[in-house]
Amino acid sequence: MTQSSSQKREKWVLALPPSIYLTCLFLIPTILMVFIAFRQPGDYGGVAPLVLHDATGKSSLNLTLDSFSYAFSNSFIWKLFLRSMMFSLITTFFCLIIGYPLALLIAKSKKKYRDLLLLLVIVPFWSNFLIRVYAWMMILGPSSALSKVVNQVLVLFGHQPVDLLFSSAAVIICLVYINLPFMILPLYANLEKHDPALIEACRDLGGTNSASFWQVTIPLSLPGILAGCGLVFIPCIGMFVVPELVGNNCSLMIGNLIKQQFLQNMNWPLGSVTSIVMTLAVLAISLLVGFFASRSGGLKYASK
Amino acid sequence: MAILELKNIVKQFADYTAVNGVSLSIEQGEFFTLLGPSGCGKTTLLRMVAGFESPDSGQILLDGKDIKDLPPEQRPLHTVFQSYALFPHLTVRDNIAFPLKMAKWSKADIAERLKEQLSSVQLEQFAERYPHELSGGQRQRVAIARSLVDRPKLLLLDEPLSALDARLREHMHVELVRMQEQSGVTFVYVTHDQSEALALSSRIAVMNHGIVEQLGTPREIYSQPKTYYVADFIGKCNLLPAVVIESNPSSYKIKVAECIELVLPNEGIEVTLGQSGWFALRPEKIKAHWDPRHEDGVSCVKARVKGYYYYGDGTLYEFILPNGVVLQCMLSNNRPNQASFFQENDEVFISINPLAGNFLVK
Repeated sequence: MTQSSSQKREKWVLALPPSIYLTCLFLIPTILMVFIAFRQPGDYGGVAPLVLHDATGKSSLNLTLDSFSYAFSNSFIWKLFLRSMMFSLITTFFCLIIGYPLALLIAKSKKKYRDLLLLLVIVPFWSNFLIRVYAWMMILGPSSALSKVVNQVLVLFGHQPVDLLFSSAAVIICLVYINLPFMILPLYANLEKHDPALIEACRDLGGTNSASFWQVTIPLSLPGILAGCGLVFIPCIGMFVVPELVGNNCSLMIGNLIKQQFLQNMNWPLGSVTSIVMTLAVLAISLLVGFFASRSGGLKYASK
Repeated sequence: MAILELKNIVKQFADYTAVNGVSLSIEQGEFFTLLGPSGCGKTTLLRMVAGFESPDSGQILLDGKDIKDLPPEQRPLHTVFQSYALFPHLTVRDNIAFPLKMAKWSKADIAERLKEQLSSVQLEQFAERYPHELSGGQRQRVAIARSLVDRPKLLLLDEPLSALDARLREHMHVELVRMQEQSGVTFVYVTHDQSEALALSSRIAVMNHGIVEQLGTPREIYSQPKTYYVADFIGKCNLLPAVVIESNPSSYKIKVAECIELVLPNEGIEVTLGQSGWFALRPEKIKAHWDPRHEDGVSCVKARVKGYYYYGDGTLYEFILPNGVVLQCMLSNNRPNQASFFQENDEVFISINPLAGNFLVK
């Protein structure tokens, strides 16, 4: 009895610091943001006073749905929102088709090389995120070797030369580059666990090499694919640094808008509404992914 | 007619020779067992037949055709893996249907064959379950049903019972023999468990260090081992040092453990005077009495009881022969009275029939 109650207390003590941390820095700000969304913007940022006193001395609550109606009726916000979704989808797709073969290769390589190969995947994390984006600005810049080669080829075939940097393509290239390890790691963790006997069994029972990939490897790695896609897609939606550094006006994302509302336009309520919409969208997508993962993937791995 | 013929198969890995010139001929409908300790090359041999390894030299003829260069999916045979290798993302039904789908059978044909196959292994009520929802024995049956569903010419089984507990294993012995007889498919079975091999097989090849030491029926393998290795590996066996002391055209005499003289009929093996070897004698083929017995051709020798182990149905005695050699002797407990049970240090007389054992030349 005393044992179990002391164990209970231990659990609470252990859970306390992260709970306090998340409450102060995540839960309370989120609730604040929801409140701000219903307020009027202040003249110089922040929000207007909550209670208004008119000339007759009557006071009234200064709450409004203006920011919501503005956000939902504004086609520019919708465009940014859809673009963010689109960019994230394209990024996730490229990460998957680049990351999957790589993860498979690492998982199938000899044990003694596996750790080294895995290390190479996470080596980019050793340098700062911004520095890596700046490096891409060099690579894609107008005077870079890559730009020159691409444009020479384009001119050779009678096309107009293009700017690689400050384009939607540059944004997607950088997003793919930055997010690739987040795709490879969960895929590797999954593929590495596959029993090689299953592939042999598939071949033995009359399946060709490609059948063993599509009928065995892919379905078994679905949990890894879903995890990787989630880890790439979700942070991608809110990304604002990459479009700001390597994009142009036509490649701004929802993150840029939110940042703008808070820091430049000083319209906190609109920024909050946009944030809430984005958070809800991400939540909906996570739930959807979770639902599919539990339906298809969870079952398959229960046998391990 | 031989369904599978292996001709002088050699397989070398980087640092050792796994299979060193094996030739075997396996008949249609046989339950053939490759028996040996781990590392004897039996699994490598099986994997070469299945197509997962390719031999360095030699031929693998299935139904007269060399299949050595065919990929696994084009060989009309299947393997039951040690881990079963059931597809965890497919139900029992889909697992069993897998080979048919790969062979592009029509839906109607698949449905019909599935029904038949599920009922033959009594898995109808588990058809919609996933492998992890089944017991070990059920998984085993699914694995075999999956491998037999398209009636292959040959079924290779790689230690399929090693993951099961002892009771279930015995139950699966009966199942395996039933499935083999029912399907008529030739089974090539790999195991390191000699009692399993003896119980199941129509013929056994005992392998050691990449070669076949002896090939024969379970009865031949057990009662007439040809080499020291086979005698030692299969069952319990007394291997007593022996020397040829007389050699005639029709018979020869050996001296076993410096104290027992036995006359053996000369059946094909070349023996020369002074040749040394072993006399292999199964513990249950020895008789022990309180007093000396004199029968024709049977040698009787005095021994002392060193100890015994009570096994229920029998008692394993250890006797010390006059020269100090220990002889193990299994005596049935189905004996008339308690007086015939020996105690430690009792002096007894052991009679050995030369025809009960085998002289193995060095």
